[in-house]
Amino acid sequence: MEHIIDFLGKNVLMIYIVVLSIIIGIEVIGKVPSILHTPLMSGANAIHGVVLIGAIIVVLGSDPGKIVEMCIGFIIVVLGTLNVVGGFVVTDRMLEMFKKKKTNTKT
Amino acid sequence: MTHITDYLLEILYLIAAVSFIVGLKLMSNPQTARGGNLVSAGGMLVAIVGTFFLYTGHHGHVGREAIKIECIVAAILCGGAIGWITAKKVKMTAMPQLVSLFNGMGGACAALIGIREMHHYFGNFAAEGTIMTSIIIGGVSFSGSMVAFLKLSGILKKPIRLPHYNLINNSWALAMIAAGVLAVLSAVHGHGLLGNAALLAAFAYGILFSVPIGGADMPVVISLLNSCTGLAAASGGFLFHNQVMITGGILVGSAGTLLTVVMCKAMNRSLTSVIFGAFGEGASVHGASEARAKGPITEMSVADAAVLMNYSKKISIVPGYGLAVAQAQHIIHELEVLLTQKGVDVSYAIHPVAGRMPGHMNVLLAEASVEYDKLVEMDDANSGFNSTDVALVVGANDVVNPAANNDPSSPIFGMPILEVEKAAHTLIIKRSMNSGYAGIENELFYSPKTSMLFGDAKNVLTRLVEELKNL
Repeated sequence: MEHIIDFLGKNVLMIYIVVLSIIIGIEVIGKVPSILHTPLMSGANAIHGVVLIGAIIVVLGSDPGKIVEMCIGFIIVVLGTLNVVGGFVVTDRMLEMFKKKKTNTKT
Repeated sequence: MTHITDYLLEILYLIAAVSFIVGLKLMSNPQTARGGNLVSAGGMLVAIVGTFFLYTGHHGHVGREAIKIECIVAAILCGGAIGWITAKKVKMTAMPQLVSLFNGMGGACAALIGIREMHHYFGNFAAEGTIMTSIIIGGVSFSGSMVAFLKLSGILKKPIRLPHYNLINNSWALAMIAAGVLAVLSAVHGHGLLGNAALLAAFAYGILFSVPIGGADMPVVISLLNSCTGLAAASGGFLFHNQVMITGGILVGSAGTLLTVVMCKAMNRSLTSVIFGAFGEGASVHGASEARAKGPITEMSVADAAVLMNYSKKISIVPGYGLAVAQAQHIIHELEVLLTQKGVDVSYAIHPVAGRMPGHMNVLLAEASVEYDKLVEMDDANSGFNSTDVALVVGANDVVNPAANNDPSSPIFGMPILEVEKAAHTLIIKRSMNSGYAGIENELFYSPKTSMLFGDAKNVLTRLVEELKNL
């Protein structure tokens, strides 16, 4: 029990952030029209591309002399970039069609 | 100096995190959605550039040797180019499998980060815990997403269901988690082998998890795997004490989970039935023989249908999966334009889950340059059917099945539908009397107000257009 309280106490700020992030995630998705389900899924996909930051950190922390480490690091950054760039571009394409065009249809 | 750069980076991370939140919020409204995506992208750019220039690591210093910089820049250019070109060039109808593909890339990234860092944190229980979490969740997400990609691309066609597959999958999941726990303990003692084994176990589970699931349920699975990748990213964030990874990852994990639940509700399917077993398999066998028992169906010739539509004032087109299969979106746009020129009020009634995923019909029709304001959402369409002369149902089945309202024993009971039976007349274009995804009979076909036009959608629509041109 003491260990638990100790852990919670030392990390309470992080816990605030996690809990608040969870609540915000839920709130933001609240009233989404079904037409936006797929684009939103794609948008969220792009955001978790933030894992690219971790990939960059890995490479920066690698040993420049070890070629294998560098190669693997390269692959990891490529993967993360694919997620980010691919994700945002796909989302943008899906959302492109949401712009209303001016037409001559009778009102 | 180090402190200032550290603080500056933290501030940039804060800006990025806020942009993700604001971006997602803006994306939940059609008017602001596109801008929301750009806001999130902007924040991501800030975070990436900031990390590249300002990151100094836990010990206050990280070497920026030339080879590392070149490695990162080259990799970003490579991945960026491939990602950009792929996303821009691929057909609109292939968008969902791309979402899955890129999701898988993110999962693999998180898993490999874990594999790489495992050796740096031997002896550290908390760190190895986050590492194994990234490895397992990232690994499952990667292989599961790849399978989903193959299924949606049509490369893997039928769901593969081993006997007792639920038992196998659940057992494997437990074994995989156990392997993860052991891997953590083993890494605390300085051994990385079990960590690699856990990765392989995760890859296998992702495959086992995804292959039994039917193509139409894939979007739900992709949404679930999407939120998993978010959690894997957050796990990496805990390892590196990186605020933007934590916030971004948890946001996606949370929003993604809720989105999955919301998508299930729109399909009137529970998440457990999607993952652990579909309904309707085998029912189509009964469906065919039951057809004869229900009474006569009325067929109409294309020529007569053309006349009926020509003299209508208001027509509502109801597109379904069959339209996508027949790739008839362009000809249906031609039909719509032709009818409009003849003075008919034409609109498209879009059911939220028509087709194989939410928004499928929108994407399909957008590809054919159908104007966005011709698409009418279900509730608005339903209030308009009373004054509609002809409802033209093309390749849609379950979404117009009255059993959802009338028959409590039906598997689709309770699902909101498009109430085309309120229209003066219903024309249904289908290849045969076969059932739709739900595998059940549709009494709409037997209604006296309904006429069937049998044939491939593209073929029938082309003939309709020809007939109309002669009228």
